[in-house]
Amino acid sequence: MYGWAGKVLRINLTESKISIENLDAKVAKDFIGSRGLGAKFLLDELDPKTDPLSPENKLIFATGPLTGTLAPGGSRYTVVTKSPLTGAIANSNAGGHFPAELKFAGFDLIIFEGKAKKPVYLWIENEKVELRDATKLWGKTIPETEDLIRAETDEFAKIACIGPAGENLVRFANIMNDKGNAAGRSGVGAVMGSKNLKAVVVRGTKGVVVADKEGFRKAVLDVYKYLDNPNTKGFSALGTPLVTVLTQARGVLPTKNFQTGVFEGADKVYGEVFTDTLNVRGKMGVACFSCPVACHRYSRVTDAEFKGEGPGPEYETIGAFGPGCGVDNPSAIAKANIICNEMGMDTITCGFTIACAMELYEKGFLPQKDSGVALNFGNAKAMVDLVGKIAKREGFGDILAEGSYRLAEKYGHPELSMSVKKQEFACYDTRGLQGMAIEYATMNRGACHIRGEVQDIDLFGVYTWRVCTDKKLSFVDSLTTEDKPLLTKEVQDWFASFDSSGMCNFIFFLGVNEDALLALLNTGTGAHYGSAEEMLKCGERAFNAERLFNLKAGLTSNDDTLPKRMLEEPMPSGPVKGQVALLDKMLPEYYRLRGWDQQGIPTPEKMKDLGLG
Amino acid sequence: MKGLSLDVEKCSGCRACELACSMKHTGEYNPLNSRIHISIFHEKAFAIPVVCFQCNEPWCEKICPSGAIKTKTDEVKGIKVVEIAEDKCVGCKMCMLACPFGNMRFDGRHAVKCDLCEGDPECMRFCAKGALQFKEAEASVGRKWKSIAEKILASHYA
Repeated sequence: MYGWAGKVLRINLTESKISIENLDAKVAKDFIGSRGLGAKFLLDELDPKTDPLSPENKLIFATGPLTGTLAPGGSRYTVVTKSPLTGAIANSNAGGHFPAELKFAGFDLIIFEGKAKKPVYLWIENEKVELRDATKLWGKTIPETEDLIRAETDEFAKIACIGPAGENLVRFANIMNDKGNAAGRSGVGAVMGSKNLKAVVVRGTKGVVVADKEGFRKAVLDVYKYLDNPNTKGFSALGTPLVTVLTQARGVLPTKNFQTGVFEGADKVYGEVFTDTLNVRGKMGVACFSCPVACHRYSRVTDAEFKGEGPGPEYETIGAFGPGCGVDNPSAIAKANIICNEMGMDTITCGFTIACAMELYEKGFLPQKDSGVALNFGNAKAMVDLVGKIAKREGFGDILAEGSYRLAEKYGHPELSMSVKKQEFACYDTRGLQGMAIEYATMNRGACHIRGEVQDIDLFGVYTWRVCTDKKLSFVDSLTTEDKPLLTKEVQDWFASFDSSGMCNFIFFLGVNEDALLALLNTGTGAHYGSAEEMLKCGERAFNAERLFNLKAGLTSNDDTLPKRMLEEPMPSGPVKGQVALLDKMLPEYYRLRGWDQQGIPTPEKMKDLGLG
Repeated sequence: MKGLSLDVEKCSGCRACELACSMKHTGEYNPLNSRIHISIFHEKAFAIPVVCFQCNEPWCEKICPSGAIKTKTDEVKGIKVVEIAEDKCVGCKMCMLACPFGNMRFDGRHAVKCDLCEGDPECMRFCAKGALQFKEAEASVGRKWKSIAEKILASHYA
């Protein structure tokens, strides 16, 4: 095979059994890889009713055919499992250098089954694979774990691991790799912890071979050309934190648990503040493997109260711990981020769970005897203290470790959890972005901002995608509803396609379109996707496979909704004052376009069309 | 004479150069086969590329017992390359010991190193940040003077 390594590594942790299987070429082509292939394997192999934290759950690490190649941003893998936060499918994607190393070791996927009797880590040296004792690593932070493992394996080994949060089954624990890249959402780290699997360690010395070397090289150079634009330059200089100024200007910057969309202290947490005061190399980014953009940052906080250093923070983190919690202190935000990264927790869910607790406290639903402190919005010290307590499940942190939905439900007000399918919103208020309303409501892993970014089209002026050029769209208004069902459906399928390729989302939001990905996939794999439509259908197939998993797990169309605040409480202030999310106007049409019935179930015709029968 | 100039201030650590080099010389994407190497220091947010400097007095050439390593100058392309004649290389690996920078590799049969791609370095083509440039060694001196001067200036007029 070209592009794909052609091998699946299966690890049964209960029996310490390791086996290597061949990857079926047709399945690989139909689901592309990474997110899509992971969904296919999970749907085929796991009873969707399985308890996510039981040994029966499976944990899949999946690279794509372009991971480890010169395809720009070809650095990614996806962790697919059943989520302990949502009960739905989880697919968390990360870059860095670990995923490419897994490919260089000769594997497309790793499937973990069962539960080890005691803590272990997996050590992969090409086809030499062994489970090693990790008892003395249990309890160690992410950076400690990486350093200790590298010392006893290979100094050039790449590592993905969990921290104390994953061990303690925090429902939004993540899996970190290369110390700063997170398969962040939906609690994939808790699943890893439940299996007593501390880390996956890889040293790969083989290469990745592409089908048409000259053609692939040209396709890569074309992407370099498309990326030569002002958005890329801005993104390289500031990273994701450049978004804060945009969402504030649009009035969709989640403030105080989404009570409004404009934050009075926003200018104190703009991207420039971080590059100018905290980021180690200022406006010079740090890159994932094979990425010409380099959007990562590294921060050093000198403020005595919040001293520390580490990768990030990204926009979503700044939004959640900053405006989300009413905090305008960049040092406190950076510190909360550092703790999350060291302990291995999703910053979005963590931040908005604390924000939800703050609202419950201010409204008098959460007594101070439970919270332990006066948990008002803006209390940066309390926020940072709670982050550490959540990871260790200490005191009130034990309740917060369940996520905002279970927290708000416990105190009698589940409507104050800003979540879909129990997963917290990212940092975009849907009342000013109707596309995001439908995206949050329908995304298979619960509220999510990066699986169908309709907002990119108008927020960043990305009119280069075929969804725009084919329909000659030159302007998308984020407040209209008529166009959003179709845009959301098409953009979700498009994102599912490139998420499955092993390339990074950001390459595409910087203007690279469907034809460029098609050229890379065809020259890279030699699998002959006949057209962009055929490739996008693979994305649609993956999306529907995820949907089927969820339906079989017991989720219904009732879960495709938004919190009451979005639907009924008009935005109280700012540029989109008076707006609500008009989901009812859009959802039926979205279902129809998807080929689903009005209960949100794919019709037999659609299933047949996608070969999911 | 032109050479590869490395600007550590600009390197983001993406390793595209390693991929490009390995493909050009071995037909597959494999950083281990690359003749240029990036060391990444995550905690310092820094990455440093190292590639053969095409030394004026190459230790590899001096130590080679079979006379396989010779410096060749190509006036037309404007390059000077320390070259390995594969048919003469006996695979003794003395050159790997001699090179202080780790720029000499062994591919299982003979020693391999950067050959500047006959004056059209593939790595540079994929360096998005401009950390790798192909130019007269002296050309970067003037820019460095200016860059240092600007830093001094900035520290006086902050």
